[in-house]
Amino acid sequence: MKRLSRECEGPADSCKRARQPAEDPGDLLSNWARLPQEILLHIFQYLPLLDRAFASLVCRGWNQAFHMPELWRCFEFELNQPASSYLKATHPDLIKQIIKRHSNHLQYVSFKVDSSTESAEAACDILSQLVNCSLKTLGLISTARPSFMELPKSHFISALTVVFVNSKSLSSLKIDDTPVDDPSLKILVANNSDTLKLLKMSSCPHVSPAGILCVADQCHGLRELALNYHLLSDELLLALSSEKHVHLEHLRIDVVSENPDQQFHTIKKSSWDAMVRHSPKVNLVMYFFLYEDEFGPFFRDEIPVTHLYFGRSVSKEVLGRVGMNCPRLVELVVCANGLRPLDEELIRIAERCQHLSAIGLGECEVSCSAFVEFVKMCGRRLSQLSIMEEVLIPDHKYSLDEIHWEVSKHLGRVWFPDMMPTW
Amino acid sequence: MVVNTIHWFRKGLRLHDNPSLRDSIIRADTLRCVYILDPWFAGSSNVGINRWRFLLQCLEDLDASLRKLNSRLFVIRGQPTDVFPRLFKEWKITRLSYEYDSEPFGKDRDAAIKKLATEAGVEVFVRISHTLYDLDKIIELNGGQSPLTYKRFQMLISRMDLVEIPAETITAVVMGKCATPVSDDHDDKFGVPSLEELGFETDGLSSAVWPGGETEALTRLERHLERKAWVANFERPRMNANSLLASPTGLSPYLRFGCLSCRLFHFKLTDLYRKVKKNCVPPLSLYGQLLWREFFYMTATNNPHFDKMEFNPICVQIPWDRNPEALAKWSEGRTGFPWIDAIMTQLRQEGWIHHLARHAVACFLTRGDLWISWEEGMKVFEELLLDADWSVNAGSWMWLSCSSFFQQFFHCYCPVGFGRRTDPNGDYIRHYLPILRGFPAKFIYDPWNAPESVQKIAKCIIGVHYPKPMVNHAEASRINIERMKQIYQQLSCYRGLGLLATVPSNATNNGDGNGAGPSSGDNTQESTHITGKPTSALSYSSYNSSLEMSDNAESFCCNLGVSKCFHQPNPLHVKYIPKILEIMQTSPQSNGVDDGSV
Repeated sequence: MKRLSRECEGPADSCKRARQPAEDPGDLLSNWARLPQEILLHIFQYLPLLDRAFASLVCRGWNQAFHMPELWRCFEFELNQPASSYLKATHPDLIKQIIKRHSNHLQYVSFKVDSSTESAEAACDILSQLVNCSLKTLGLISTARPSFMELPKSHFISALTVVFVNSKSLSSLKIDDTPVDDPSLKILVANNSDTLKLLKMSSCPHVSPAGILCVADQCHGLRELALNYHLLSDELLLALSSEKHVHLEHLRIDVVSENPDQQFHTIKKSSWDAMVRHSPKVNLVMYFFLYEDEFGPFFRDEIPVTHLYFGRSVSKEVLGRVGMNCPRLVELVVCANGLRPLDEELIRIAERCQHLSAIGLGECEVSCSAFVEFVKMCGRRLSQLSIMEEVLIPDHKYSLDEIHWEVSKHLGRVWFPDMMPTW
Repeated sequence: MVVNTIHWFRKGLRLHDNPSLRDSIIRADTLRCVYILDPWFAGSSNVGINRWRFLLQCLEDLDASLRKLNSRLFVIRGQPTDVFPRLFKEWKITRLSYEYDSEPFGKDRDAAIKKLATEAGVEVFVRISHTLYDLDKIIELNGGQSPLTYKRFQMLISRMDLVEIPAETITAVVMGKCATPVSDDHDDKFGVPSLEELGFETDGLSSAVWPGGETEALTRLERHLERKAWVANFERPRMNANSLLASPTGLSPYLRFGCLSCRLFHFKLTDLYRKVKKNCVPPLSLYGQLLWREFFYMTATNNPHFDKMEFNPICVQIPWDRNPEALAKWSEGRTGFPWIDAIMTQLRQEGWIHHLARHAVACFLTRGDLWISWEEGMKVFEELLLDADWSVNAGSWMWLSCSSFFQQFFHCYCPVGFGRRTDPNGDYIRHYLPILRGFPAKFIYDPWNAPESVQKIAKCIIGVHYPKPMVNHAEASRINIERMKQIYQQLSCYRGLGLLATVPSNATNNGDGNGAGPSSGDNTQESTHITGKPTSALSYSSYNSSLEMSDNAESFCCNLGVSKCFHQPNPLHVKYIPKILEIMQTSPQSNGVDDGSV
């Protein structure tokens, strides 16, 4: 800001250039203050909030610009307690100011809370005050432990309902790890069915399959959905594939084991087929957090999954089934497998998953020869190849020092396995 | 003119390969080797009993070796800035020598001492011998910035001059006419203190699994090399249950304290390899342990914030949870996960754990399960781990928590499965957690799943005699991988669906890679080094690297990949996005790092 005012008193030459012949030299200093609001707005949009706030103190004109509605469409409330977080919170006075002067300008809002219940409560307080808002986007994000789940359910629901009822044009809603329930989803649907495009609600234990089905039935513009496997049903997939429904772009499913020996239901192949027929470009992202012996119902039939993540150990046998039944696979990430080489399984995946472009292997084992074969078969479509160094087992054909060479050759770029410090 | 010299031991607690000491003795009339016990030196207040004992044993060993040369070690309490002016005067010192310390606080401290020395007319001899190379030269070779990927570091190493051979050991011959004035009350005034004198309770303290000292270090080096020669295999050893236990050939604590010279180790490894493999050029992987240590010293040397998240330009700002209760359970081995608890118990009792064990507990504390800051874990290791010094400890923790160095975060070490795969029988658990001895291998890694009858037979009821698991691992890892993904997506501005692509790539630029693949036909050992376009941590052309984000909602949506409807964060957030992106934008490729033509 200082620099700007100094420029006003710049060298005589540039002053002459800037000056209109008939103008009083005294006016020169106020040119900056008379900058048209649209230009100010454009410049302010590039400044971080703090710098903008400083700028708003320069003069009345700039102060007015600072408060233009266009600059207050987006806000992220960061609610942290010093005792539970390393990061700083949005200043409470700033929050007050925003609610007072700009709550009706807000359209794209998110709340980031730490693991303390106070932070989640503070978020709900703010939510309850957003009565004059017509939000397009709302995100409730826990940055550590899910503190929204610690709140009394009714408290949370009533705050959330304020937004659902008042916004009426919600297009994007992110409420993972919250105590949202079926009745509140009904309210959401009642007010926003025309506009809802994105709904992320992984790990919302109070929602039932019927609850989410209601959303799918009514919100025909829904393009992106994230939920847990227990909410997935054949009816849901069919609802998302009905004629009235737009093309689904992204379906994310988390399959999480709550207790050992949990039984998982199966989805019929015909339901998946219907989904793909209706939305041929859909991305199906599945994250598995199961014990090795809980994979029984999965990958028995063809499934149109595109992005697959195994967060715990997954058996050789299941990876074999993945190779057989996931022709649309684009990314495969395996956290751990065990101590039997995955040679055959990888080769099969290279053969049958023609779209595979990203693979990550953690605690697994693959012989160097098989790995080279795999890379050769996939060729340059592999844009992401993240293999822990310990995965590769040297054999008679390749040593560890040679393998990166071979692989680089087939990939067309220099490649090395991922390393961990051996100190 | 009489030359009275002081050699200041800090690390480098040895008489072999000690060039600063050796140079100091040349034409000196008297020599006094000094160790300053500075209780206020950064980090030393957080030192546990094993580390103190190791240090004291090192000092005893030094003293014994010096006695054989008619000299002694002088242990002095106080702060260097107070102690030295007094010594300079009292002993009429004209020369001071010490081994170069690359750590930021070390450099500051030494600059202050150097100033005091110059003011007192004392000449100062400093030599590099704690690291293989002159770290500043490596950084210079990289255009003035520390490389942030290990591969790039290896590439630079391969282009440095050979490691200097170790300096000659200090012997009576080397000492020549140089003498040490020793008073009768030397032991009282300058003797090595005992643990009790330092205020430690030694009742019930078991004997050291890792005895300190140069003598022990050199013995172990010989054993280490013997074992390698016998196996005639220089591949990285496969991990098995035995690897978890302290090995009589383990060298890391000795390298940290400088009882063993890293250059001597390097030299001997090279020598042995050439003998066994008939004069082949050794691959870099042979020196793995030493190079990792070097890497972390190098990345830390110019970064005084290296051991913190805040203000650390290379550290991703992650919203870790503050949870002292959970931290205590981890630190004290009460998590309820036998694998984790056994490791932390071994660490506390003995002062050393295998590097894969470190990965397991570090992952558990940070990005795997507890979501607690790596800084906390680092402090616990600092207290308990014999080979943890500032640079290596902080660097390793940042690496393992995926806070830096462009690490993929998808591989999470399962606190049950990983241990079970490493040691299926569970003997390691039984050794360090005797309360669980009665459990069969089937349940020893997850005893809470054992039926009550099994628990009764084992005389250990979970929840009573041994804690229940403090987290649900599946749930915790689900939440945490999501958190990591959010953070990295923000960092790399990546909006697609891939998990792997959220981490900015550290491979060479895909676009150029097509032409600049492996150098034509060169398949010699040289080819293990990167040729073609060097691995660059800085080629992020495929990602939007703007630090500032316009808060115009419409323009956000245009930048989005698949999730067109996902809203954008407030520019206020910008201050949390680390300067890593800033570093990313300055490419060193034009600064003296050639395109690899051999």
